Amino acid sequence: MAGKTLYDKIWDAHVAHEADDGTCLLYIDRHLVHEVTSPQAFEGLRLAGRKVHAPDKTIAVPDHNVPTTLDRINGVIENEESRIQVDALDTNAKEFGLHYYPVSDVRQGIVHIVGPEQGWTLPGMTVVCGDSHTATHGAFGALAHGIGTSEVEHVLATQTLIQKKSKNMKVEVTGKLKPGVTAKDITLAVIGRTGTAGGTGYVIEYCGEAIRDLSMEGRMTVCNMAIEGGARAGLIAPDEKTFEYVNGRPHAPKGAQWEAAMNWWKTLRSDEDAHWDLVITLKGEEIEPVVTWGTSPEDVLPISSVVPAPESFKGGKVDAAKRALEYMDLKPGMPLSDIKIDTVFIGSCTNGRIEDLREVAKIVDGKKVADGVRAMIVPGSGLVRAQAEEEGLAEIFEAAGFEWRLAGCSMCLAMNPDQLAPGERCASTSNRNFEGRQGYKGRTHLMSPAMAAAAAVTGHLTDVRTFN
Amino acid sequence: MDKFEKLTGIAAPMPLVNIDTDMIIPKGFLKTIKRTGLGVNLFDEMRYDREGNEIPDFVLNQPQYRETQILVAGENFGCGSSREHAPWAIADFGIKAIISTSFADIFYNNCFKNGILPIVLPQEQVDVLMKDAEKGSNARMIVDLEEQTVTTSDGESFSFEVDSFRKHCLLNGLDDIGLTMEKKPSIDAFEAKASQERPWV
Repeated sequence: MAGKTLYDKIWDAHVAHEADDGTCLLYIDRHLVHEVTSPQAFEGLRLAGRKVHAPDKTIAVPDHNVPTTLDRINGVIENEESRIQVDALDTNAKEFGLHYYPVSDVRQGIVHIVGPEQGWTLPGMTVVCGDSHTATHGAFGALAHGIGTSEVEHVLATQTLIQKKSKNMKVEVTGKLKPGVTAKDITLAVIGRTGTAGGTGYVIEYCGEAIRDLSMEGRMTVCNMAIEGGARAGLIAPDEKTFEYVNGRPHAPKGAQWEAAMNWWKTLRSDEDAHWDLVITLKGEEIEPVVTWGTSPEDVLPISSVVPAPESFKGGKVDAAKRALEYMDLKPGMPLSDIKIDTVFIGSCTNGRIEDLREVAKIVDGKKVADGVRAMIVPGSGLVRAQAEEEGLAEIFEAAGFEWRLAGCSMCLAMNPDQLAPGERCASTSNRNFEGRQGYKGRTHLMSPAMAAAAAVTGHLTDVRTFN
Repeated sequence: MDKFEKLTGIAAPMPLVNIDTDMIIPKGFLKTIKRTGLGVNLFDEMRYDREGNEIPDFVLNQPQYRETQILVAGENFGCGSSREHAPWAIADFGIKAIISTSFADIFYNNCFKNGILPIVLPQEQVDVLMKDAEKGSNARMIVDLEEQTVTTSDGESFSFEVDSFRKHCLLNGLDDIGLTMEKKPSIDAFEAKASQERPWV
């Protein structure tokens, strides 16, 4: 019998019931909740007279809708619908007795940044949230994925999900990354290879030297975008870096429990003879800094490339590329580094952590945001913001002309007032470049924090390797 | 949830690949705290201009597709976010089945929770159905979940696969949570065992 993958092991440890047809009830260790995808689920519980099964495993934080401007401290959310959603989360968290970080709490932030920061996310856990970027938590060797609101209600009521097992995909990134190449470039390069549907039906395990070399924050960036490749989840086997990151966090185990946990965590790796349904290998040294040119995360190319011609694609992608170029107002053959931008967004659950901000500070220290460019930095949590201020990064950002904001999802999905105007073009560290994603008719180019910082200074997409 | 009955209806063609959840229901409509009323905003940015006027070229605005019940779509339909507002909007519009070569995982799951049947078929069969959908309201497509077939207006029939548990739930309009609650002893037993093995969780 073949050995097991990491995914197999976590799965097997969480099956609470298996039916004859293979349909399983998967037990959920951590349920993260935010204001946009949960109100209907709580309402459903009330209507059916049900309770939250495990409130001590349920963590709530508002992030999608919250303003990120400093006047938020006054406690007012001007948009009425946003305010109603945030108030609803407040009421539901208190009524059902959940762990809760309200807008006024310094620990508030993007749910996928708060979870790891507070030690809620631990190796070997099952983690779900009504948000597709739940894949982020896979960086700890946890099985983590997004769910819809009906499933949010199901987890609230039963602490389980009805699931069938996915297939196993190994994505190996060998060798060392070249200077200027980051975790964001890895994850975009993988999607460029597999396409946005390439991961459908799979759970991805990322491995190889280039992945091992990443910090925990870099690994979170990689796993965060597993969903953009269509995978149910992405994960990375825990190692010493993982244990070191987790140790001492508020909700991490302590003392004898820590020892017991470590004994299990150290077994959480794929066996040598495990069966893989698909294996993809990328050479780390061949990955370049990349940007997206179109309206799908698979529309990705090295910054040294030119805008592609739609005819260079196959099948339905030809028409999709034509539509994308029209939407993005780009012509085939144009060097990507000639594309002028008027907005820069640095933040999101993909790239809103302290190391991302340090990268940005290195690039913009002593420089100025280009004339006519609006540039904002939105830290992923109140604690990231505080850390950046303590390290003097905030001063660098403000001296360079960046807006320095409070924590939230902000312009990644533009549900709050942080939006692109029609036709505006943004260098963004977020995760989706869909039509209208950052604002009606707004145009998004995805890239790493270092690349976005360089674009802010030059006013056009820029190869960070030649920037000085 | 309503039972999924045998469906005979108008199919609309949407051949674009990678139709994402931001296209299906833009974020501005996620601020609702209800499940209903989103049908009017389905495909909002493709369907209306900034003043709220219908864009006549968009398929669901064309007279022959206003009563669409079946979508035939390009590959990787529903990619992107986990927002269940997408299937809520689709169901509220009156669409009960979607046919494509592939669906994004979370969207696919969400459909079943809302009485919508997503059907995966090979490219060449989707091509035939796309052509049939292009005929407009004179051509009625038939989706038979019990038999697991889709039939064109010309009588050409294709079989599809669907998970037996999901089929059972759709046909009978069953509530997942109620079914899981019946397995509470298994969940309790799991919790007792897990609290011994992994007490730190």
